[in-house]
Amino acid sequence: MSTEQRILIKGNEAVAFGAVDAGLRCYFGYPITPQNEIPEALSTLLPERGGQFVQAESEVAAVNMLLGAAACGVPSMTSSSGCGLSLMQEGISYMAGSHIPGVLVNMQRGGPGLGDIGPSQGDYFQAVKGGGHGDHRNLVLAPATAQECYDCMFRALALAFKYANPVLVLGDAIVGQIKEPVRRVPPADAVSEKTLAALAAPWRMEGYGKRGPDAQPRLLKSVYLAEGALAERNRLLAQKYAAMQAECAWECTDVEDATLVVVAFGSVARIARSTIRRLRAEGVRVGLFRPLTLFPFPAEALLALLPGRRFLVMEQNLGQMVEDVRLALFGQPGVTPATVQWHGIMPGLFVNADDLREPMLQALKEAF
Amino acid sequence: MPEQYQDVIIAGFGGQGVMLIGNLLAQAGMEYGLEVSFIPVYGAEMRGGTANCTVVMDKHPIGAPLVREPLSTIVLNEPSLAKFQPRLNPHGVQVVNASLVEAGLVDAARRSVCIPANDMAHELGNVKLANMVALGAWLKATAVLPLAVVQEALKRVVNAHYANLIPINARALEAGYNFA
Repeated sequence: MSTEQRILIKGNEAVAFGAVDAGLRCYFGYPITPQNEIPEALSTLLPERGGQFVQAESEVAAVNMLLGAAACGVPSMTSSSGCGLSLMQEGISYMAGSHIPGVLVNMQRGGPGLGDIGPSQGDYFQAVKGGGHGDHRNLVLAPATAQECYDCMFRALALAFKYANPVLVLGDAIVGQIKEPVRRVPPADAVSEKTLAALAAPWRMEGYGKRGPDAQPRLLKSVYLAEGALAERNRLLAQKYAAMQAECAWECTDVEDATLVVVAFGSVARIARSTIRRLRAEGVRVGLFRPLTLFPFPAEALLALLPGRRFLVMEQNLGQMVEDVRLALFGQPGVTPATVQWHGIMPGLFVNADDLREPMLQALKEAF
Repeated sequence: MPEQYQDVIIAGFGGQGVMLIGNLLAQAGMEYGLEVSFIPVYGAEMRGGTANCTVVMDKHPIGAPLVREPLSTIVLNEPSLAKFQPRLNPHGVQVVNASLVEAGLVDAARRSVCIPANDMAHELGNVKLANMVALGAWLKATAVLPLAVVQEALKRVVNAHYANLIPINARALEAGYNFA
């Protein structure tokens, strides 16, 4: 086991390191637990590299600063938790409507309302179904470890610029607060800052005259009042969201001979993996399907596991991702309501591997 | 290298250095080549009540960073004993700060190392070293990591501003290790 280059940092700190290493230039945010180590780290890291760190006066201000910087093609992000993301939804919708890239990190806390500062996956719907007004979609990445927090920031910035669209990184209090060894090495598929700049070249705001005297003025907007104009805009957006399906990512563990496949993401998935390892040692045939992207949801990959298997969705909310799992599987030959079972963990609780054992064994009993 | 998975809940009053020895242990485990996780329980408990953190060490990537029945605990005050003694795995071991915990409260049916950490720290010249004394005793009781690895890791965990305190912290770890 190599110990080279490993540093012990929180998931939140890994987000900050990953973002600056991926080419982040601007951060705008307003403090909220459990994600405060992100702005704390970036307040030092970004100015060191000539970037800009702004503690905004509110989440509403932060998201609009993000919109402005990103409209200029500057790799930018904000981060918050729960209620802070709710405040940002108007800006996210405007960014989506205007084809503006931006990265937003949500280290989820318990809700609804002010909730608590414990872990939760209650913002799944908000993240993957749009969240703001109008028809819009965010690309949603779901890291489970500090290393994945680091790595996924490269992917988040690259996807934001590739699609000129908001990208949400959906963690939670456990993912943000856990301290683990991280190798601070850009992932193999990392995109250079030059590539990001090239992707923004066709649309970014650069200032009057910068592109020469004959250049046409540019306008990034989400308002389309002329007859038929908004319909055309939405057709374009729909095409973009359909194209995003190519970005589906997932991870399968121990599924080959499994009769029951647990479907979970983020912190619940890693905890379930511990439970599954112990059950495997006892000869129990259970596996794990972990979506790495929540939008697009890897429905086809899940469908490929269907023959001979049943599914147990485990998530820390009152039942959200289970709807996407049912959408993926229902209507297929042999699928009954019992094919997809669900176990919810109440938001705010800190769960351990033992907590997930009985629900898995129970689902196995009911499965066949 | 230990073959076994190990976990520990470290608990005490806010200010006793619970998070510091949790960080130190995780850092040392990582430097020893293990997979590690450290997670603090934070929030309203930070002030006045009990603060605690969980450290997990394994050869394999760590899934669950929190445990229901810890294989070991380091208990620095009485409220923490009340909270975590009932949860200790039947095969587990608890290191109890005998300076602050009534001996009669320690369950005789459990494997316990009762060490007067505050008194020993006071003898070393600073009562704030009690956390290191307790961690030293834990290292002896569990044999997960060599003492020297943890002493060496102090350089990465103790803020540079307090680097002059590293030798005395290393001695406190050793005193706890050599207890009993």
